[in-house]
Amino acid sequence: MSDRSRLRIVVLRVVVASILLTLIGRLTYLQVAEGVSYSAAAKQNRIRTVITPAARGQILDDKGRALVTNRTALVVSVTRSIVRASKDRGTAELARLSKIVGLPVKDITTTISPCVYHDPSGKQIPLIPGCWNGSPYQPVPIASYNSEDAAQVKRVLAIAEHQELFPGVTAEYQAVREYPGGTLAAHVLGYLGPLSSDDTGKPKYKDLPSGTEIGRTGVEQVYDDRLRGTLGQDRLLVDKDGSVVGTRGTTTPVAGDNLVLSIDAGVQKVAEKALADGIANIRKQFDKNRGKNFVAPGGAAIVVEVSTGRIVAMASNPTYDPTAFVGHISPKVYASLSNAFGHPLISNAVQGLYAPGSTFKIVSTAAAVKAGYSLGGYYPCPGQFLGKRNFEGESFASLNFTDTLIRSCDTVYYKLAYEQWLKDGKREGVAHPKEYFPKEARIWGFGKKTGIDLPDERVGLITDRAYKKAFWLANKDKGLNYCKGAKTRPKGTYQQQADAEFCADGYALNGGDAMNFAIGQGDVLVTPLQLAMAYSALVNGGTLFHPQLAKGFVSADGRTSTTLPPKVAGHVDTPANVRAYIASALGGVPHPPHGTAKGAYAGFPFGQLQIGGKTGTADVNNKAPTSWFASFAPLDKPKYVTVVMVPEASTGGTTAGPISRKIWDGIYGLEGQKAQLPGGVTPASLPVVRNDGTIGPPGTKVVRPALSPSPSSGPTALGAPGLEWAYRREGS
Amino acid sequence: MSGDLHDWATPRVSPVRLRPREISFRERAMDRTSPLRQLDWILLIAVSALVSVGGLLIWSATRQHEIALGLDPQAFLKKHIVNAALGLCLGTAAALIDYSALRAYAPIVYGASCLGLLAVLSPLGSTINGAHSWIVLPAGFQIQPSEFAKLAIVVGMAMLLGEKRDGEDAPRDGDVLQVLGLCAVPMVLIMAQPDFGTTMVFIFVILGVLSVAGAPARWIAGLMLAGALAGGLVAPHILKDYQLDRFRVVADPHVAPHGVGYNTQQARIAIGSGGVWGKGLFHGSQTQGRFIPEQQTDFVFTVAGEELGLVGSSGIILMLGIVLWRGLRIATRATDPFGRLVAAGVVSWFAFQSFVNIGMTLGIMPVTGLPLPFVSYGGSSMFANLMAIGLLQNVHLRSSEM
Repeated sequence: MSDRSRLRIVVLRVVVASILLTLIGRLTYLQVAEGVSYSAAAKQNRIRTVITPAARGQILDDKGRALVTNRTALVVSVTRSIVRASKDRGTAELARLSKIVGLPVKDITTTISPCVYHDPSGKQIPLIPGCWNGSPYQPVPIASYNSEDAAQVKRVLAIAEHQELFPGVTAEYQAVREYPGGTLAAHVLGYLGPLSSDDTGKPKYKDLPSGTEIGRTGVEQVYDDRLRGTLGQDRLLVDKDGSVVGTRGTTTPVAGDNLVLSIDAGVQKVAEKALADGIANIRKQFDKNRGKNFVAPGGAAIVVEVSTGRIVAMASNPTYDPTAFVGHISPKVYASLSNAFGHPLISNAVQGLYAPGSTFKIVSTAAAVKAGYSLGGYYPCPGQFLGKRNFEGESFASLNFTDTLIRSCDTVYYKLAYEQWLKDGKREGVAHPKEYFPKEARIWGFGKKTGIDLPDERVGLITDRAYKKAFWLANKDKGLNYCKGAKTRPKGTYQQQADAEFCADGYALNGGDAMNFAIGQGDVLVTPLQLAMAYSALVNGGTLFHPQLAKGFVSADGRTSTTLPPKVAGHVDTPANVRAYIASALGGVPHPPHGTAKGAYAGFPFGQLQIGGKTGTADVNNKAPTSWFASFAPLDKPKYVTVVMVPEASTGGTTAGPISRKIWDGIYGLEGQKAQLPGGVTPASLPVVRNDGTIGPPGTKVVRPALSPSPSSGPTALGAPGLEWAYRREGS
Repeated sequence: MSGDLHDWATPRVSPVRLRPREISFRERAMDRTSPLRQLDWILLIAVSALVSVGGLLIWSATRQHEIALGLDPQAFLKKHIVNAALGLCLGTAAALIDYSALRAYAPIVYGASCLGLLAVLSPLGSTINGAHSWIVLPAGFQIQPSEFAKLAIVVGMAMLLGEKRDGEDAPRDGDVLQVLGLCAVPMVLIMAQPDFGTTMVFIFVILGVLSVAGAPARWIAGLMLAGALAGGLVAPHILKDYQLDRFRVVADPHVAPHGVGYNTQQARIAIGSGGVWGKGLFHGSQTQGRFIPEQQTDFVFTVAGEELGLVGSSGIILMLGIVLWRGLRIATRATDPFGRLVAAGVVSWFAFQSFVNIGMTLGIMPVTGLPLPFVSYGGSSMFANLMAIGLLQNVHLRSSEM
């Protein structure tokens, strides 16, 4: 062999060796360095999880009447990424779809548009309201139809029959919520909405496929996990065509628990109607101080069981029909709901903040006693004190606290608050001011959340010296920037003067502030619920409860039920004799000759039910006063507190008082009304699920058959037949 | 002594012992000069190992699908075994055939494969996976003439360059041109199919054989340059879009996730997810879910990667390395130019084809329709590969005789 050949074979050797090393190197890189990510990819390829939805629990009232139940609906959903992938960006397809579902193309486009997208420079551009808040790769429900409407179902099923014309569009049977009471208790119940990409990270919604309907507000949101149950999962092995070739494990769905509320549908209905009628009534009346009819944009009415803190009724006006959210909510409907007069989606009972007016005097009286004023003492009630006048200028030589409360004399409290303000060091304040009034307010639960089982409860506002100082520091040169406003706003305007004043000494507590506070005006804001809980503490022995809507849970098969115990938030340290004195004094309010609610309760059958209460008429700048009435009954051993509030609606006695009267009538069956809670008794136990799945009232006797070993038809018991399977790729 | 006495006293039992001693098959086989003793056993064992592992991988890749179709789950395994058995016979023949006979047969093999390649282009041929490279015979048999063409040009080139006139060491320009002419016919036919992978194998084999033959470096360099130019300038115009996509995918695996990119992506997922120890035979989710096309043939290495892991799949590369090492050793020790060139050609062929095949599953080479030697399912390639091994053994035996 020639040297050249020998050399060339060596070269060939080197080439072969480097080929082999290259392959081994690349192989090692793929299998060792990147093995983990490829393993995940393989898993995602291979295992597909089929979700069998669990029937969502019903929401029942205290007697087992359904407030929310389930029905089957045909839901049309659009997956934007698939529709947009076609050549004409889905124009033709959406036009076809528009004809079938009877919605304008523009509405469908809005519904499926992502809420935020990034323009080419990476800037976020928020889109119009009603947009889709979830992932563009997930189906967006655009319309839903009652599955019993044969004509509509037939029309819509054309989508399923002609999938080639509608890529990315599905028409599937789904279990949706039904509200037998319509708008009844809407603010308490809440509604459902699809899980969006924002929620998927939350541990609460872990493992839920995107698009799952979850509680969006109300008890639907707070008790979502109990109501939702557990999804059934079939982990299927699939091949590249998606054909099932095996199973990797199956879990059967477990239906969600039924939620039993302490709400009594009957009382709730009465309260809602009384509130709506009262509002309609006052709107017809002329407000001579403002030269137009009263506005009364809404209101709230609450009934609390004082021994437990359970809510028996909670009405908010205006209201809405949660059915609007079933399956989908069109952008138009949502916008109209959220912008409508009175903001129907907001619950005035827990989210409305108003000055409590004279209903606050129970706190001020307790504070005065703590400050050393004698409970049995007499206090002058002049027509005015330091320029601040009594309502309608009435005046009396001197009054004890009973008469002060019955007549609602402001000047008594002005004077007491003023004296305390002097002692606390006037505007600037001493080192450790006593601040009896704001301290007492906090003791009674104001200025913090009550802890009710509803989302987005408001805190309210209790102003003391420390708060003023903190607020001033936070907004003097930053935040609201008052000092800047004092310089930059046009000189001499109201805004500029206010800014200049705040900038100079916004930390200081003026005597007027302290005096206003004592009569529930000025810098004190409360929710109707906070007031109801304070009045409950007044008459239940001083216990401040966390109010609760949920009374308990009953499993779908009825075999297990749990009652939630009352939750105590704390105890009011005001002595029992003071509380008893105040409560007893309020017993005179609905009565002549001087009671501020004597008109509202004229002719009331007090022989059947003695009630106590306090009116409130809170002045608001440039508006008619907020009308309040907080009452409790029976007077000797109170069972319930009722708080009614209507803003821009005249005095407490004029508007709120009559509304509360109708609620008492409804509860106890007075003045020709049917008794919703005869004798004021609420059911001691929870409703019962019968063996056939229907709900029986508390105390229904049911003999349970022996458990069959197979956990067969959990979800079907509550009526969600024909549910389509939802596909989901693992990990997506 | 006693023996003699005994012999003397005992009459001869049989006349057989008078005849020259009959040599048993075993003795013949164990004889130092026997072909069986002289065989390159390491080469044979490595090839057997590859064919056996190939059987398992093919079985694993086809089992599920056959079951789903209600067919025999071992159908492909059985056919692979039959192919290997037939290949063993053909290889044995190639190992034992005399050089002179080989010279006589080589033109026939060459001519037959050229005719086969022509037939493929005629209506007799059929298109599988975009390449018009098959002749479909009755009873479900298919022939891929391009596999035999590789064998034919290896032998053909070795004949042209190996029969040197006296005193001449290196091929002259004329010899090189002859070789190129010889190869041009099948190459043009193969490019017309179009089978880009086999064309590239041809070029690499030509380079390998010419180099080892000692052709002037300018030819080697010129051919490499021409090949590169062809790849860079001509290919984009000749190649179909789908073939170009296969190149683009190597550069960017996310091109066309549901087209060409899909295959390479799925192949890489399969191999990558195998990890060090693999998921176990029959337990690869990518393989059993049939996410990779052509898994028993061109993408068989992904089965090894996924189910046997780094250990198993690098074992396959190691076995291929042993085959190539023995081939190069045979080339080095060959006593005649013809044998050396055959060995060099076979080594170049297997080396490049293995590199392209495994490289494409690893995403470093474009996707082409080349099977992995010995491992992939397929009769034509199995026959051609085992005949090539037979030729290596033939060269080896001849070298040992001297």
